[in-house]
Amino acid sequence: MSRMSYREAMREALREALRADPRVFLMGEDVGRYGGTYAVSKGLLDEFGPERVRDTPLSELGFVGAGVGAAIGGMRPIVEVMTVNFSLLAMDQIVNSAALMRHMSGGQFSVPLVVRMATGAGRQLAAQHSHSLENWYAHVPGIRVLAPATVADARGMLAAALADPDPVIIFEHVQLYNLEGEAGDAPVDIARAALRRSGADVSLITHGGSLPKTLEAADALAADGIDAEVVDLRVLRPLDLETILASVRRTHRAVVIDEGWKTGSLAGEIVARIAEEALYDLDAAPLRVCSEEVPIPYAKHLEDAALPQVAAIVAAARRACGRS
Amino acid sequence: MIAPPPSGPVPWPRDRAHAMLADMVRIRRMEEKCAEVYGAGRIRGFLHLYIGEEAVAAGAVRALAPEDNLVATYREHGHALLRGVPMNAIMAEMYGKVEGCSRGRGGSMHLFDASTRLIGGNAIVGGGLPLAVGLALAARMQEAGRVTACFFGEGAMAEGAFHESMNLAALWKLPVLFACENNGYAMGTALERSESQTDLCAKAASYSMPAMRVDGMDVVAVHEAATAAVARVRADGPMFIEFRTYRFRAHSMFDAELYRSKAEVEEWKARGPIHTFSARLKAQGLLTEEEFLAIDRAALAEVDAAVAFAEAGRLEPVADLARDVHTPGAAA
Ligand SMILES: Cc1ncc(C[n+]2csc(CCOP(=O)(O)OP(=O)(O)O)c2C)c(N)n1
Repeated sequence: MSRMSYREAMREALREALRADPRVFLMGEDVGRYGGTYAVSKGLLDEFGPERVRDTPLSELGFVGAGVGAAIGGMRPIVEVMTVNFSLLAMDQIVNSAALMRHMSGGQFSVPLVVRMATGAGRQLAAQHSHSLENWYAHVPGIRVLAPATVADARGMLAAALADPDPVIIFEHVQLYNLEGEAGDAPVDIARAALRRSGADVSLITHGGSLPKTLEAADALAADGIDAEVVDLRVLRPLDLETILASVRRTHRAVVIDEGWKTGSLAGEIVARIAEEALYDLDAAPLRVCSEEVPIPYAKHLEDAALPQVAAIVAAARRACGRS
Repeated sequence: MIAPPPSGPVPWPRDRAHAMLADMVRIRRMEEKCAEVYGAGRIRGFLHLYIGEEAVAAGAVRALAPEDNLVATYREHGHALLRGVPMNAIMAEMYGKVEGCSRGRGGSMHLFDASTRLIGGNAIVGGGLPLAVGLALAARMQEAGRVTACFFGEGAMAEGAFHESMNLAALWKLPVLFACENNGYAMGTALERSESQTDLCAKAASYSMPAMRVDGMDVVAVHEAATAAVARVRADGPMFIEFRTYRFRAHSMFDAELYRSKAEVEEWKARGPIHTFSARLKAQGLLTEEEFLAIDRAALAEVDAAVAFAEAGRLEPVADLARDVHTPGAAA
C-alpha cells in the first residue's frame, strides 16, 4: 500500500496497463502533449510515445467509434473522453455500437473497450460543463459502468476493466482528483458495492463524488446519535443488489444520494429495487438526495444550492430515522 | 512561418480608425482586469481570454448590421462587448450577479443578449454551428434579410458538427458567415496535429462555398474582408473566412502551456493587433501618443466602473433557483 492522490492513482493504473500489455493504448483529446485536461496522463507521452498515448482531434464521435473498432480488431484501447458533457457527441458509438455489438452479432464480436471520462459539478463551470449523466449509460445493457470514489478504486479498477471482455465506462468525478488515500497495486473487484462505514440505523447509498459528502454526513449524524451505514455502489451497472439489500435489511432505512437530477435518476432505480425486494424490511419510506431540477447555474451560491450537500443528506437521514 | 507584422496605409478616416482602436483596447483592458480579479477569486469557473485575437472581433463585428445574428464560443467576451452588450453586464455576469447579461446563470462561457441578437457563448466545441444554420434558415424563411455570423475555433473543424453545418448551409444557400478564428491551437493540440488537410479554406471550398484567408492580426484586413463577406452572404448565401490569429494567454486559467515555446509566443506578440495598428496610424499622422493614451484611459475608466458595478451587484435569491427552466405560461 502507498499513499497517493486519486489523480496519481489513475496515472499509475494507466502506466501499469501500458507496460503490461502491448495491445493497450490511450487516446483522447489532449492526453499527450498537453498532459491531460486534469493532468491524469501527464508524463505518459514521454514514456510510451505518440502511438500509444495518442492525441486526437476534437472529434468525439470519431475517436470513440475508432476505439470500438480497434477493440473489435484486437487491441485494448482506453479512450479518454474529456468529460461526460462531450460524451454526448459520442453517445451513438457508445450505445449503438459498443454496447450492442456482441448481442446483435449473435455473440461473435465482443468489444473490449474502456472509456474513461470525468463527470460532475462543483467547480462553477456552468450548465454545459457540469453534467452527471452516469445513469444514461447505466441504463444500457451491454456496458459495465464503474464509479471509483476512492484512491484505491482509482488505482485498481482500470486493470479489472481491461480484463473485462466487454465495454466498460469509468466515471471519474472532477472533485475527487485531489483526494489523497492509500492504494495497493492488485486489481480490485468490479462486481460488488462496498461498505465504507458500518452502522445500524440508516443506509446511506451513494457513488462517486458524493461519497466524501456522504461520509461527512455520517460523521455529523454520529455526533447526533444516529449510526449511519455508508454503501458505495462502485459499480453502477450491473447493480450489486445483494449488498444494497443486505444493508437495508440490517438498518431498515435507506437514503440514496446521487448528483444526477432526481427525475429518471439512478437513485430512483435503487429506491425502486429496494421497494420491490425489501419493502417489508423498511421502517420508513426510502428517500433521495439528488440535484435540483435545474441546469447547474454558474453563480456559486446557486450551484451549491442545486447540488446534494452534506446538510441535505443529514436532514434526509434524520427524517428517515423519524427525527426532524 | 509567421508572417511579418501588419503594415501599410490604413484606408480609414481618423474617427473610424480611432473607434476600431478603442474597440480593441476596450476588450484588452476588460480581459486583463478579468484575469486579475480571477486571481483574487472574484470570478470562477473557466475563463478563456481573447487577448491577442482582438482584431478579429473588432473588424468583423462592426461589419454586421444591428438585425444580424451573432453566434460565438466560450471565448466570446470581445464579441459580446463589441456587439453592444454593456461592459457592466458582462462583468456582472462573470461575477455571477443577477445584473449580468445572463443573470449570473451562465458566467464567462455563456454571455447572451437578446437585444443585440447575441445567441450566446457556447461551451461545446462546434455546438454553435448547427444553431447558426438554423438561425439562418429561419431568417431566410421569414425573408428577414438577416445574416448570421458564426465564430468558432479551428479545432471545431474536426467535429462532425462543422461538416454537417457547412453542407446544410451550402446546400440550402443560407446566409451564414462561418468565421473561423484560427489561433493555431485547440487547447494543446496544434493544427497540424489535428487536421490531415491544414489548408482550412480548401476544406471549406469542398462544400462549394467561397472561402478566403485573412490576417486576423490586422484589423484593417479583417474589417474590409468581413464587410465584403457580409454583403455577399446577405445576397448570395454562405461564406467561410479563416482569420489567422494567435492567443497570447493560456487556453483557460489552468494550462501549463507545454505545447508551445515562449519564443513562438513572443514572435506572435510582435504582430500584436493593437500596437501594430496604432504604430501604423501614428506613421500616417492619424494618431498621436496623447490620443492613444486618452483612448486607453477611457477604457480603463470603463473597466473600473464595470468592476464597481459587478461588485455592487446582487446575488439572486436561492429561493429563485428553479426559475428559467421553463418559460412562464408553459403547461404546468
Ligand atoms: C465537444 C467538446 N469537446 C471538448 C471540449 C473541451 N475544449 C474546450 S475548448 C477546446 C479547444 C477548442 O479549440 P478551438 O476550437 O481551436 O478554439 P480556441 O479555444 O482555440 O478558441 C477543447 C478541447 C469542449 N468544450 N467541447
